[in-house]
Amino acid sequence: MEALNVILLLFILVCAVAVSRTKNLLSAVIIFMAQGLAMSVVWILLRSPDLAITEAAVGAGITSILMFIALKKIHAIKEEGEADENEEE
Amino acid sequence: MKTKKNDPFQHLKDWIENGDSALEVEMQDELDDTESQPLPKEPAGPQKKLFVLDKKNVLKRLNIWYAVAAFAVCLALIGVLVYAAAQLPKFGGADTLVDSEVTAFYVENTMEETGAVNIVTGIILDYRGFDTLGESHVLFIAVCTVLLLLSIHGEKDEEQKLKADAYDRHFEPHHDEVLQCCARLLTPLVLIFGLYIIANGHLSPGGGFSGGAILGAGLILYQNAFGYKKTERFFTFRTFKLVSLCALLFYSLAKGYHFFTGANHIPNGISAGHVGNILSAGLLLPLNFVVGCVVACTMYALYTMFRRGEF
Repeated sequence: MEALNVILLLFILVCAVAVSRTKNLLSAVIIFMAQGLAMSVVWILLRSPDLAITEAAVGAGITSILMFIALKKIHAIKEEGEADENEEE
Repeated sequence: MKTKKNDPFQHLKDWIENGDSALEVEMQDELDDTESQPLPKEPAGPQKKLFVLDKKNVLKRLNIWYAVAAFAVCLALIGVLVYAAAQLPKFGGADTLVDSEVTAFYVENTMEETGAVNIVTGIILDYRGFDTLGESHVLFIAVCTVLLLLSIHGEKDEEQKLKADAYDRHFEPHHDEVLQCCARLLTPLVLIFGLYIIANGHLSPGGGFSGGAILGAGLILYQNAFGYKKTERFFTFRTFKLVSLCALLFYSLAKGYHFFTGANHIPNGISAGHVGNILSAGLLLPLNFVVGCVVACTMYALYTMFRRGEF
């Protein structure tokens, strides 16, 4: 259990650094999502399942969805669609 | 009309051109003589130029001061926080907070007084009931702000509405089979799990906030898979307004009544019931439901407002 705790905390640290180092905004949001999920497991290990539920639903779920929509609004997600169009052309 | 519209731009252009030429002249001036003061008798042109230079210098100085001040404020804040953290009781220590009167009181009396097996819910919805009321209102105010900023409801420009609609599913397929199959399976389970967490808030870990967040996530999943036409059957802006208003009103009134009677030692007719039953713990169950409704509505409203600017 101790090992799992350490691995998860290291994972969270790596994610936190990676979020700020990533140039691609979409990847940054996905890494942030992964960090939230790891965080919710840590909450369970700390014996607070209610916080784990909230973290999983809000931190990993709804916040990331809102960020995805925000990225779409500021036209930050467009590589894939444009790449496809270029290939078709 | 056209000349009027052109006027400000022309003015701006003139100003920019003047400014640019002023800069060039200024550079030469600086080379010639470092001390150049504005003379009152000079015509308007040179005065303008000097003004531009002064502004630039002031801005530069301000920027430096801004950086220094920001650094100082950050250092001060870090110092205060580190000092405060050093004063905190040791994490996980054997005698940490054992002698705290409030903690002991909560641990001993919460279950008896509120009828909640999960004493966290007992504390946040009973002893600290106004905290939770404030949190619900914060969520509501957040949605109101988002409505103000992002809503296109009542926008007279039809074109913009059509544009928003067209852009809405720009990157997504209209009827994604995989997503729809998963959503058909998962949405009822997610919603039931959310309701279970809310209804069992006073018995097991969870409560209004976690359950409401799960309900909101379930609604968002359903909306994502099946589109606005399906969700509009049961959740419109009207529903959001009604549910939020009723929930917050009920919470305020119930909590106000509870605190008023409790503070004045008047019997309030709310009994804790048989501890451990679902229908027990007096006000906690309805309050959990109310908080859950507010949170679920807020989550869904934030999502739709961000996505389309409309319900």
